[in-house]
Amino acid sequence: MKPVDFDYVKPTTLAAAVDLLAQGNGSVKAVAGAQSLGPMLNLRLVQPELLVDVTAIPELLGTREEAERIVIGAGVTHARLEDGDTSERTQAVLAQIASGIAYRAVRNRGTIGGSLAHADPAADWLVCTTALGAELLLVGTAGQRTVSAAEFVVGGFETMLAPDELIVEVRVPRLSAGSRWGYYKLCRKRGEFADASAAVLVDDARGFYRCVIGATSGRPIVLDDSRPLSELAGAAAVAEALSPTALAGDAFAIQVHAAAVRRAVRAATA
Amino acid sequence: MFGVGARVRRKEDDRLLRGRGRFVADIALVGMRELAFVRSPVAHARILSFDIPEQVRRQVFTWQDLEPAGVRPIRAASGLPGFKVSEQPPLAADKVRFAGEPIAVTVAATRAEAEDIASQVIAEFDELPPNVDMLAAAAPGAPCVHEHWSDNIFLETRVGQSFEKDVAAAPVRISRSIRTQRQCIVPLEGKGLVAHWDRQAEQLVLYTATQMPHIVRSGLSECLGLPLEAIRVIAPDVGGGFGWKGLLQPEEVVAAWLCLHLGCPLRWMEDRREHLVAAANAREHHYEITAYADADGRLLGVDADAWVDAGAYSIYPFSACLEAAQVGSILPGPYDFPHYRCRTFSVCTNKPPIVPFRGVARANVCFAMEQIIDAIAAAVGREAWEVRLLNLVPPEKMPFDNITGKHFDSGDYPESLRRAVAGIDLASVRRRQLQGEPDGRLVGVGFATYCEQGAHGTAVYHGWGIPMVPGYEQVQARITADGGLELRAGIQSHGQGMETSFAQVAHEVLGIPLERIRLVHGDTGLTPYSTGTWGSRSMVMAGGAVATACRRLADRLRRIAAHLLQARLEDVTLSGGMLQSGQADITIAEIARTWYLAPQLLPADVDPGGLEITAGYKPKSDHGTFSYATHAAVVAVDAEVGLVEILDYLVVEDAGTMVNPAIVEGQIFGGVAQGIGTALYECSPYDDAGQPMASTLMDYLLPGFTEVPAIRIEHMETPSPYTEFGVKGLGEGGVIAPSAVLCNAINDALKARGAVVTDQPVTPARILAALRNARAEPPP
Repeated sequence: MKPVDFDYVKPTTLAAAVDLLAQGNGSVKAVAGAQSLGPMLNLRLVQPELLVDVTAIPELLGTREEAERIVIGAGVTHARLEDGDTSERTQAVLAQIASGIAYRAVRNRGTIGGSLAHADPAADWLVCTTALGAELLLVGTAGQRTVSAAEFVVGGFETMLAPDELIVEVRVPRLSAGSRWGYYKLCRKRGEFADASAAVLVDDARGFYRCVIGATSGRPIVLDDSRPLSELAGAAAVAEALSPTALAGDAFAIQVHAAAVRRAVRAATA
Repeated sequence: MFGVGARVRRKEDDRLLRGRGRFVADIALVGMRELAFVRSPVAHARILSFDIPEQVRRQVFTWQDLEPAGVRPIRAASGLPGFKVSEQPPLAADKVRFAGEPIAVTVAATRAEAEDIASQVIAEFDELPPNVDMLAAAAPGAPCVHEHWSDNIFLETRVGQSFEKDVAAAPVRISRSIRTQRQCIVPLEGKGLVAHWDRQAEQLVLYTATQMPHIVRSGLSECLGLPLEAIRVIAPDVGGGFGWKGLLQPEEVVAAWLCLHLGCPLRWMEDRREHLVAAANAREHHYEITAYADADGRLLGVDADAWVDAGAYSIYPFSACLEAAQVGSILPGPYDFPHYRCRTFSVCTNKPPIVPFRGVARANVCFAMEQIIDAIAAAVGREAWEVRLLNLVPPEKMPFDNITGKHFDSGDYPESLRRAVAGIDLASVRRRQLQGEPDGRLVGVGFATYCEQGAHGTAVYHGWGIPMVPGYEQVQARITADGGLELRAGIQSHGQGMETSFAQVAHEVLGIPLERIRLVHGDTGLTPYSTGTWGSRSMVMAGGAVATACRRLADRLRRIAAHLLQARLEDVTLSGGMLQSGQADITIAEIARTWYLAPQLLPADVDPGGLEITAGYKPKSDHGTFSYATHAAVVAVDAEVGLVEILDYLVVEDAGTMVNPAIVEGQIFGGVAQGIGTALYECSPYDDAGQPMASTLMDYLLPGFTEVPAIRIEHMETPSPYTEFGVKGLGEGGVIAPSAVLCNAINDALKARGAVVTDQPVTPARILAALRNARAEPPP
């Protein structure tokens, strides 16, 4: 279980990084914490010619507070978010999410941008940034664009990132003081990827309501925002939501996803 | 204070816990090259050809290279009548029989380069239908894994007679189909080896992570055609074995031959993926059991058919039939009942060979039998522990020969159960169940009692006719000129703390301080022959040999002391490392100095063997010691999502005299943790094509420290009447009961909903399926 022979560079500017990505014709991979890429390299599921380490690019490393949002550099580790300033409502929610990711050793190295770019359907940030209504700033050789977390993920392990693009920022709208957040994931053991997950945000002051199902076989599923939460949490609604996925007809999957939604709703409305 | 029974810290932990041990992976030899194995991507196929690029041809080897050089297949026959012999070429010959089977080996300066070459080796296959499920493979007409066989049964065994007439009127008849899953063994350290030719010693030296260096040497000798004295096998520090390191590995044969062929040291380190998909498989059983009981729940008879998925080949030395055949003899467990019949089938399939995993067969039969006991209890409307108590062999019948001729040596089985019932506070659990949980979870309590044959020797093993029969266990003991003690034993300590416990035994006899006692083990060049560490035998057998050797040394010391002290032999006593007669005394160190440095002072009739001896030992009865325990657990089941939390776990155990209670407890903690894995997490499934589905630790779930609760242990200590100090083997015990206990506890929790789970591991999916079925079919 050793990787193929590859080259490694650690650029210090964003421009240099995307240039390197653009040259590689797909055989270049960006790497930050390597918590998913590392095992994939060793299993030779990925056989790149070049790894571009993005952890020395200043734009990816900071977190800043703006009036309407918290902006997180894509290279910020889960551990830094876990250890963030929890007196602020949004950061407290982010810290809570981060603290439940895998184990501390993984959180010390794994990054929010890496997790989103990898797009494992069971990943915490995938479902949570979608539920929080976050936006991602993507930068490539042709310039930059902003996409919502919900549209960023196209399918299981599939995103709209072009080969020469990097996620640079994750922009999370500030939650109102009275907002309510609920997140539940079912893991067979602590630290494992989830078998089912759901996140719920109820933000009356901003008029923002969202319920998202994660750990499906594909992209996170945003349940119809117009329905009342109690209705969304019903097994029938979840079964309907899962019907276009590979989990359709899987009694266990429908049951545990429904339970996850119910518990996330309960946490958000308690 | 430091002898038998003392809770002393382990001597070896200073180096092991500081990361200063020396494992195979720490060994680097000059000019050493690395191996990678090319493994079959298909489960069952004829090999048509290999396509090997010319530029790497000299770095790739197949059976076409090994066979002409005289390498022989691994062959582990059993002498039991009807056993069908499989031959396993260490690199597949004309046919592959499981996905992951080694078909070629590559050599390069680094493992990564060896893997690069391996990825260029392409085999062309003519695929054959695979045998994936053992019941289908055992059915008539299934394609044969070994084509010259008539079917896929390594061995069928029968125990007992049909007894239907005798139980025709039995008021209780319980039938169950029970399945236990294929598991991987997953010690912290995987397999690994370094092979080289020692030019000075003119020996093949194999450093390998093994539990049985002497048996690996025997196997290598058979496969390579080298005389035994030309082979030295060394097990350095070994990071857990659990059975995975208790066999001759095909990779060992290949690496040993190749290092002779190439003339350079070679290394192979098993990676986790190889471990999970290519070899370290265990525990896959299927049971069809019918039990009969009277209206009180007293067992009248047990009738069982058991199948063990033994995989494609018979492993050396334990063979492919030991597991199933043992099922036939140990299924009755600790119970006394009048009628028993069991048929067992060792089924050959297109999966990796089954390896005897810690608690071999015992964990499975306990899982099956303890479910039956609970089912009988439910049928007669009693608490399950009451039905257990009714059927356990009572202490007044000890020693007891059970229905399959097992000789239970000593103990009070019912008392372990009574203490477990009290210790888990059954009454309060029942009250709690009536009140219900604030969070809506369902609480349940479960029990399981077992007895465990360990350290079984010649009397048991000569009947199996496998390549190894344990006889007298030998230990060499040598007092050094400065009064220290060196012990040499052919067993191998890979987590059991024998460097400490054997020193305690020697200290008990000779009084030499623990820090002056060294154990050399795991090296065929330095130690007496031994079948190695397996079957909970090392403390009983090699520990007994340590005591025997030290007693004989004590006798020689006394004789020399009598001369030097000018005392009568019968007046000389040895205590605390000091030999005394009246007011006169002399230390062991002074006697040692005399023997080595001032022999002119020795008596004329001194034993010329001196202060060095090799002693052999067998217990008075080597039918095995019988440790036993009752485990009890309280669980909370989340019926919405199927998660199980273990709220309390209690072990009441009796392994005879404890040499070191801390080591005993460590063995139990580790065993229970593994048993929790069996119960709730671990499973290595195969798809219809015979492809392993769990190839990484993301798919193969192991319990971590957050899944293992604080385990409470209560000790009982009934000495064995047959062994030194009354010790019994206990290394495997902890792992035997947890899957049964937790399954019973979960079923107790689900009882209110009418649901029952019967298969391992008890996953959320299985719990929710059982609940759905219960809703679909409400209890009558």
